[in-house]
Amino acid sequence: MRLFLGFVKKEFYHILRDRRSLFILFGMPIIQILLFGFAITNEINHVNIAIFDHSKDVTTHEIINKISASSYFTINQLINNEKDIESVFKKGKIKAVLIFERDFNKKLITNKSPTVQIIADATDPNTANTISNYINAIIQTYVKEINKDVPVVYQINAQSHMVYNPELKSVFMFVPGVMTVILMLVSAMMTSISITREKELGTMEILLVSPLKPIQVIAGKVIPYVFLSVINAMVIIVLSIFIFKMPVQGSLILLGFESVLFIITALALGILISTISATQQTAMMISLMGLMLPVIILSGFIFPVGSMPLPLQIISNIIPAKWFIIILKAIMLKGVGIMYIWKETLILLAMTLFFIILSTKKYKIRLE
Amino acid sequence: MSITLNHISKSYKNVQALNDISFNVKAGELFGLIGPDGAGKTTLFRILTTLLTADSGSATVSNFDVVKDYKKIRNSVGYMPGKFSLYQDLTVEENLNFFATIFGTTIKENYDLIKDIYVQIEPFKNRRAGKLSGGMKQKLALCCALIHKPEVLFLDEPTTGVDPVSRKEFWDMLKRLQQTGITILVSTPYMDEAALCDRIAFIQNGSILEIDSPQEIVKHFSKTLYNIRAHNMYQLMESLSHYKHTFSAYPFGEYVHYSDNRMDMNPNELHMYLVSKGLNEIIIEVTQPTIEDTFMALAK
Repeated sequence: MRLFLGFVKKEFYHILRDRRSLFILFGMPIIQILLFGFAITNEINHVNIAIFDHSKDVTTHEIINKISASSYFTINQLINNEKDIESVFKKGKIKAVLIFERDFNKKLITNKSPTVQIIADATDPNTANTISNYINAIIQTYVKEINKDVPVVYQINAQSHMVYNPELKSVFMFVPGVMTVILMLVSAMMTSISITREKELGTMEILLVSPLKPIQVIAGKVIPYVFLSVINAMVIIVLSIFIFKMPVQGSLILLGFESVLFIITALALGILISTISATQQTAMMISLMGLMLPVIILSGFIFPVGSMPLPLQIISNIIPAKWFIIILKAIMLKGVGIMYIWKETLILLAMTLFFIILSTKKYKIRLE
Repeated sequence: MSITLNHISKSYKNVQALNDISFNVKAGELFGLIGPDGAGKTTLFRILTTLLTADSGSATVSNFDVVKDYKKIRNSVGYMPGKFSLYQDLTVEENLNFFATIFGTTIKENYDLIKDIYVQIEPFKNRRAGKLSGGMKQKLALCCALIHKPEVLFLDEPTTGVDPVSRKEFWDMLKRLQQTGITILVSTPYMDEAALCDRIAFIQNGSILEIDSPQEIVKHFSKTLYNIRAHNMYQLMESLSHYKHTFSAYPFGEYVHYSDNRMDMNPNELHMYLVSKGLNEIIIEVTQPTIEDTFMALAK
């Protein structure tokens, strides 16, 4: 035991004296969570639009006023010529043009249903979609308003109610994802690098010719990172609660246990990577290419797994991050207990055991 | 016997690193493995320290088989690899403490053993190992390999890249360590260090050329060796390499070491040949072969 503690102490010296890895350990989570929280958002705000009004009457004026009164849009330009539409889009500042047809008010009164055309810049399809939906909604509200005294026959009212994230904040979606990516990256990459560093510097040779058992070397490498990753997870949760008002509906203790489980999964993967790579460079490349991309793309962090083609959906099942994100969202947003996520937890546990067994099998007791 | 090797062979993909090596090292002996880079010294060390397995043959260290009882060997030997293999970001004292701990001992317990060496690096004990000079690094590495009082000490080229003064100090220490009963197997490419061993083995291209004590091994040099010099050493080498009776000629200090391919060689004849080549101030005298001369002759 004293042997083992001595080894763990040495690992802490390594980590604390290496400024670069310290920065990766603690700087990156904070930067990433702030970046994802503030910069990446699906909501729209003060989008510049242009108006091409053929009729310039009371109704169109009222609609334009409604639109400019909302904080979503800023009316930047009024166009009077058909040809200008293309040129304003080409300049890039205007994201949508609203065209009111001729005799708008007259048609409305005579019950001929006038049309408003929305032309949106779809170089960014998501934004274009959102813009068109928002404008539509404003116009619909206006229509209801002017119709409120008229009895309408046969009408269906769709009433949507968003649960778990009523304000549709995208940060609620990113926090679990970012937390997963960071824990995966820090745990897997840092352990694999720290083991391969011993190989590269030749110190592994001395460690092998010593009474230290392989399991002691592996555990000694892993324990400091479990400790640091738990701190990381706490930093991320505290940041998201206080800065982004992210709710944690479920039990914090359960959240803690699940996080530790995932950290161990990632560490086991890191050890596995270190057994197949001879240099720090290789270990880093494998961690980045082999772990980061699947974690970001196939885990449901950004793109919903359900809308992927079937082969990718099947592949996504072997990615531990997918299951952890499901667990995180369930605990943080839905506030469920272990009864609802035992299946995902069990899958993670099985994966962890598999990686640990595989890496202890692959750990070389000699240099070959 | 402290170390035994029986017909050990080892090859990497298409290089024969060791070819049928057999020798024994007695308990308490300071045994030197002498050979150029790439001779197979490091491979041999790695097989004995259980880091590699041989393709064929068997070996024991302290009567433990290197394959079957590898765990026991790892508990009882000290190993200093050729490449500096300590933690550069740990201080001198932390390194030593770490190696003491993983071998289940403390610095205090075996301080006597490392005292002579450690006092020299103790003033720098708070310095990071990566910032030490070459000689200091080797002394620290030796301390770390010694701290658990090993029965057998394996030193793979411990003085390569170390200045002459530190090299001498290092060997003085090895001699003192030997007095405490530790068996030492050391490899070196330097011939002058070979003379300090009890017995030496010449190794080249994975084969042992000769094993004997430094005093005896020079007797394997069967020819008469001459020191030759002249006013123009470069021209002298040129002339000798074109002389039809030359067996070997190579620069050695301020002389050229020359041996003839005939048994009854007449120095006057050679003198005349050299004069005919336009050389003057010629000196030709018989000299005693050194370990290096013997190695060169055997390796030929």
